[in-house]
Amino acid sequence: MSTNPTTIEAPEGTPFLDVTRVFDATPAQVFRAYTDPELIAQWLGPRDLEIDIEEYDARPGGRYRYVHHGGHLGEQRAGFHGVFHTVEKDRLIIQTFEYEGVPDEVKLDILRIEEVDGKARVVGHSVFPSVRAREGALASGMSHGINDSMERLTELLAKGV
Amino acid sequence: MVDNEQALDRAFTALGDPVRRAIVARLSRGEATVNELADLFPITKQAVSRHIGVLEDAGLITRSRDGQRRPCHLDPAALERLTSWIDGYRLAAESRFRKLDAVLETLKEEEER
Repeated sequence: MSTNPTTIEAPEGTPFLDVTRVFDATPAQVFRAYTDPELIAQWLGPRDLEIDIEEYDARPGGRYRYVHHGGHLGEQRAGFHGVFHTVEKDRLIIQTFEYEGVPDEVKLDILRIEEVDGKARVVGHSVFPSVRAREGALASGMSHGINDSMERLTELLAKGV
Repeated sequence: MVDNEQALDRAFTALGDPVRRAIVARLSRGEATVNELADLFPITKQAVSRHIGVLEDAGLITRSRDGQRRPCHLDPAALERLTSWIDGYRLAAESRFRKLDAVLETLKEEEER
């Protein structure tokens, strides 16, 4: 399977995080993978964690909540929840996102799915409540996946990132 | 925070060059002198020295004195700051998206059946 590059931009001094990725699939398939709880359970979150999806009602006004556990979390259970604001089939999902470990810091996730040359391009634009909230989320939430930063950095460098 | 961001900027800029990335990759396996590094690349020792200077200014590597040798070392703390920030996010996102690739692959197979 080919791997498509991921583009990540976190413009300095803004609370934005933009992530773009192309998938070898149709927009309809990507939309399904993003809205069907059974499929979400198969890919959302770090590889070493288990996920319990309590609720995943991907309709305007619908709620979602899931809990990560196991792996590097040990005894800890990490809950995440939010609501779907806009859900337009195969095209657009706008939802809120809150990590329960940092309550009241609610992020807005705007996800567009576009068809480009027969593939699906997913363009995610996230708006954090502040620049500090973005830095905090990037620095703490994302670093845990790295067990051996040296080795992984070498891999990244080898790939020419 | 601003100092930290400037340091990150310098580090990422330094890593924007393929020779410097190769130097960092080599040093991640252990220290090396400028001469040893120069042997790896089809460029002059002076050019390698300049690249090392850029990596040193970016705080990614340090040089020690060991008799006549002045080996270059990777600064693990500087790397950790890098990997724990956007590259950390990139790794997490990439890992998630590869799982999504696999899910989409099974969806395609289902539909073809």
